[in-house]
Amino acid sequence: MLIGLASVWLLSANGRVAGISGILHGMFAQPPADRPWRLLFLVGLIAAGFAWHLFVAPAQPRAGFGLGWAAAAGLLVGFGTRVGGGCTSGHGVCGLGRFSLRSLVAVAIFMATGMASTYVMRHVL
Amino acid sequence: MIHALGAGVLFGIGLWLSGMANPRKVLDFLDVAGDWDPSLLLVMAGAVAVTATFFRPILKRRPMEFRKEIDLPLVVGAGIFGIGWGIGGYCPGPAITALSNLTLEPLVFVAAMIAGGLLARIPHSAGPGR
Repeated sequence: MLIGLASVWLLSANGRVAGISGILHGMFAQPPADRPWRLLFLVGLIAAGFAWHLFVAPAQPRAGFGLGWAAAAGLLVGFGTRVGGGCTSGHGVCGLGRFSLRSLVAVAIFMATGMASTYVMRHVL
Repeated sequence: MIHALGAGVLFGIGLWLSGMANPRKVLDFLDVAGDWDPSLLLVMAGAVAVTATFFRPILKRRPMEFRKEIDLPLVVGAGIFGIGWGIGGYCPGPAITALSNLTLEPLVFVAAMIAGGLLARIPHSAGPGR
């Protein structure tokens, strides 16, 4: 619900949709006009992690997950969210929140392919 | 501007509190054939309940243009994103806030994610979506 509240906050105060992939990709897009608020949002996102580790629970990084897999997964996520116009937050939290059929289709597809690739990673490979 | 920072912090706390920032938990959620952990479904439902309640009045006061078309890039892009999500257990928000772990894994993921986004610009020079 905090995630939803944060999205409402950003839309209400800044008139922007809290799609993390869009905010990130926009950092590197032309023209660079609206970089400052994007950067601040991303800084806040990372600062929240530091605060969490400091005050709530220490970081518990995952061991044994190869960096090659991390790079491959990152490439797919970056490419896919850019082409598909959104991720779990943009299509999921925000898109579903305004009853967008386009976002509902996207969510159904990435949930399905996500479950499929997790199945392959955990039960086939 | 301060609102963007505050919203980012609140969003990030939400990711940690809910377990979304933990890729193991995300993969347990996506692993419907294994020991399925459906709890993140409640997280998603909670977040959408809030946006569904408040987005409508905000957008009524200040209308915005949203894309509606269900086209090939949407389907292919969402499909590719899901595959990457299911491999690593990271979607963009959790990966970025996990940079605070100060380990290589999220760093490599985020760098690759930025590269992937830039790569997608080559065939699609139309600019950012949504």
